[in-house]
Amino acid sequence: MRAHPVTIAQAPADASPRVAQAWALLESLTDPEIPVVTLRELGILRDVREQGEALEVVITPTYSGCPAMGQIEDDIVRTLAEHGLQGTVQTRLSPAWSTDWMSEPARQKLREYGIAPPHPSEHRCASDGSSAVLRFAARAPGSMPAVACPQCGSHNTTETSHFGSTACKALYRCLDCLEPFDYFKPY
Amino acid sequence: MNMPNATTVHAPVDYLLHLADSALILGQRNAEWCGHGPILEEDMALANNSLDLIGQARLLYQHAATLLGNGATEDTLAYFRDEPQFRNHTICELPHLPLMSATARGDRDFAVTVVRNFLYSAFMVLLWEALLRSEDAQLAAIADKSLKEARYHLRHSRDWLVRLGDGTELSHQKAQAALNALLPYTAEFWADSDAERAAVANGTGAATAALRADWDQLVDAALAEATLVRPAQTAFVPTGKQGRHSEHMGFLLAEMQSLARQHPNGTW
Repeated sequence: MRAHPVTIAQAPADASPRVAQAWALLESLTDPEIPVVTLRELGILRDVREQGEALEVVITPTYSGCPAMGQIEDDIVRTLAEHGLQGTVQTRLSPAWSTDWMSEPARQKLREYGIAPPHPSEHRCASDGSSAVLRFAARAPGSMPAVACPQCGSHNTTETSHFGSTACKALYRCLDCLEPFDYFKPY
Repeated sequence: MNMPNATTVHAPVDYLLHLADSALILGQRNAEWCGHGPILEEDMALANNSLDLIGQARLLYQHAATLLGNGATEDTLAYFRDEPQFRNHTICELPHLPLMSATARGDRDFAVTVVRNFLYSAFMVLLWEALLRSEDAQLAAIADKSLKEARYHLRHSRDWLVRLGDGTELSHQKAQAALNALLPYTAEFWADSDAERAAVANGTGAATAALRADWDQLVDAALAEATLVRPAQTAFVPTGKQGRHSEHMGFLLAEMQSLARQHPNGTW
């Protein structure tokens, strides 16, 4: 498992006025599927750089095939253009996006929105096939931490489906308040 | 994007195409379940699986297109190459059916889907893990993302393998039949192509032979839990990686490529 020394990006203190303005404008952009957390809080927005006449906005994709990425690029270019800034979007793959970057305030916003925030990504089940855990032949029951229900807080929950309404979520159900909910999968 | 230059080591284009083609073709296959899943959750799961695979294919094609230049794009590579130019594992192109001729039609068999996804994602988890150490920085970055996704594919298909194998008499019988049909195709995992040898030689690829013991252990443990019996290996070695495909490939490509070829350069 690689360490992720990376965290959420933010406007550098010595940013030029133009770059600082871009950071401030982009702070209004949220994930198209999760309109309560900003692109920056999710870790998608990585950098804003001077690039000649234009500004270059660096983003990193979440899941390889996430269909929201195209929308996100369009949103960035349009938002900057509306304020007279010319922007291009550069996609950077490394370091690979991780849900571990998400801050506690962002996690709290997810919870309030009804999505259980992700556990740390190193919590994997023994059958996930990493050579480091191959010696555990079978999935060890209880090896995965319980996901807390965002509605009532109960840990008495069960996974309905590994794959949910978007690439980044799984479907869960609370066995106490009986509400179904989305779980943001560790990545 | 990493622009190639004289000092940058990059994977042979044929190796990138091999990885991309396998992801795209299996993504296309699994997408056939969209709207036809046995239950709603599986419909979504398989659509998600395809989304990941096609996303991985796009990243790999984009990388290959940058290296190729000459107007190559992810779309020209996916839609305007012909069957002998595709370098995917044969197992990825087989239909969701028990073995039958290419023109025969039957109901999709979910057991075939599950067993294939299990055998393939078990291999890909190990391969992506090895490719984290690729000298090609862009390929290593793609591996880092793909590994996270392949682990979910493996977890999902392994769970279903156990449910079907250790389920009812009928589900066990179907899972065993699917395993008997598909396991011989995994011989291709270990039969290195020229592109794979070239990639290993310049430090950008992974030697598959080194993954075999881990794969065997992973598969055997899951089969034991699923009460399935591993059939004996045969002498058959598929040749999709060399561009010689099964009779099913042409039908798949026709469906996947016809729209782009009827409306070249079309946008929407």
